[in-house]
Amino acid sequence: MTSIGTGYDLANSIYSPDGRNFQVEYAVKAVENGGTSIGIRCKDGVVLAVEKVIASKLLKPNANKRIATVDRHLGIVYSGMIPDGRHLVDRARDEARNHRDTFKSPIPTRDLANRMGGYMQAYTLYQSVRPFGVTAILGGFDSDLEQPVDGEVGSGPSCGGGGKVEGQKHGGPWLAMIEPSGTYWGYYGAATGKGRQAAKAELEKLNLAAGEITIKEAVKEAARIIYIAHDDNKDKDFELEMSWISGSDGPTKGKHVEVPSDLLAEAEGLARKAIEKDLEGDDEEEKDKMEE
Amino acid sequence: MNHLPQAWGRPRDDVYGAYDASYLQTSGPKQATQQPIVTGTSVIAMKFNEGVVIAADNLASYGALARFTDVKRLRVFLDSSVVGFSGDVSDMQYLDRHLNELAIDEAYDLETAATKDTSKPSGKLNAANLHKYLQKVLYKRRSDFDPLWNQILVAGFDAASKPFLASVDLRGTAFTSPSLATGFGAALAQPIMRNYAATEEDAARLTREEAVNVVKDCMKVLFYRDARSLDKYSIAVVTKDGVELKENEQLERQSWAFAERIKGYGTQTV
Repeated sequence: MTSIGTGYDLANSIYSPDGRNFQVEYAVKAVENGGTSIGIRCKDGVVLAVEKVIASKLLKPNANKRIATVDRHLGIVYSGMIPDGRHLVDRARDEARNHRDTFKSPIPTRDLANRMGGYMQAYTLYQSVRPFGVTAILGGFDSDLEQPVDGEVGSGPSCGGGGKVEGQKHGGPWLAMIEPSGTYWGYYGAATGKGRQAAKAELEKLNLAAGEITIKEAVKEAARIIYIAHDDNKDKDFELEMSWISGSDGPTKGKHVEVPSDLLAEAEGLARKAIEKDLEGDDEEEKDKMEE
Repeated sequence: MNHLPQAWGRPRDDVYGAYDASYLQTSGPKQATQQPIVTGTSVIAMKFNEGVVIAADNLASYGALARFTDVKRLRVFLDSSVVGFSGDVSDMQYLDRHLNELAIDEAYDLETAATKDTSKPSGKLNAANLHKYLQKVLYKRRSDFDPLWNQILVAGFDAASKPFLASVDLRGTAFTSPSLATGFGAALAQPIMRNYAATEEDAARLTREEAVNVVKDCMKVLFYRDARSLDKYSIAVVTKDGVELKENEQLERQSWAFAERIKGYGTQTV
């Protein structure tokens, strides 16, 4: 980076003359070294997945979770500096609870993204702090049901204003990615971490915006994409962790939970097969070239 | 002008004379809840061979007035326990929100949330844990002389995966029995349930259908004899497969023929 030694990268709260905050850009670098995480928003839910590179063989398999539940209907996965991510999750849980205390209802996913974006942005403003070294992917399913207020006992008036527009669809799946700068966008498919380029290329092929893919298909796609994204990093072993959130009529009944082990195993099996197929294809191409 | 905070929003002394602040002082000791205001009546529950059935009507009374007729007094906790509240409805709402927070804390642990195998004891908060917790909450509040005015039944399973049923009241008094009833139900429904499940062994011989029928009969007796009750009720069956909650049940096959024989009320002159 050209700025090295110019002094503009020494602290937050100082712009470089061309209008950049180098501390934030370095934080993004920290994210780029982390294990790949992805999120897929499909027509009936959201899937989160993360590649966990196994740092030591002494670690207990499947014990160290990276995907966190923030509220019943909300999950977060992140790439980058793990302790920073843990702190971010703690904050997200506080925000979700705070929303429930104030409004007596679950926090909508985009409101949480907004609050978390604001929180991360605050860490780009002051000399005394450094920006978060994580990019977080936030997935949620806002209930499409007529929900009672938390702790409500009756069913309310049977007529009159209820605040909902008749015939209009309310709630649904939502996915957002929050970057170290505090920027957040809503996505159909989001990827971050080391293998994000490969993952993004694969996500684009799925044509998620058309809303055709189901959550069960998305689980399989997510596994395949993590395996593809891991490809460049082949010599290291990794573990795949996945969670999903469907609507109240779907497999998770509106809750953010881990993908069940049998489905995970099936998805991983398919992902391995897909990778092998790709490899065979590559080998044949190489052979053709050799023959030429 | 007096700009001190205690003068904010008050009439000016120089215009209106000295302000009478006496109403700002409360005289005498601090008074916490002295009586419940909006109340729910009995909750009844009994164990059977593979679970627990629990029921409560959908009425919240304001004194003698049947004020709210769609009040759900059975609350499901973590898809594995049911809490039935009688007594003050606002205190029930407070506790319900509190339990909701507790349930979200439990959901933070992804692994347990995904564990579907209920035959093995999981790390999840079970009904016995929940009952103990509620007992501590209620006892703390009574010790602060600010009780939560409820009697609560907790139905579900204990750590050994055996059906669990226990009660706790506004003083933190806790006990357990094969069948339990709060309020008027303790006098009217409890003896009927004891006919079928006097001991744990009796309860373990009851089938689900038998237990549900006994509880439904008890709800009917309660509606006949308890003036603060309703014929619309909620009933939940807790088994190892989870909770089946029905919140809009109607008492069936009522017969008021017995009422003709009752004398001594109202305008009757014997």
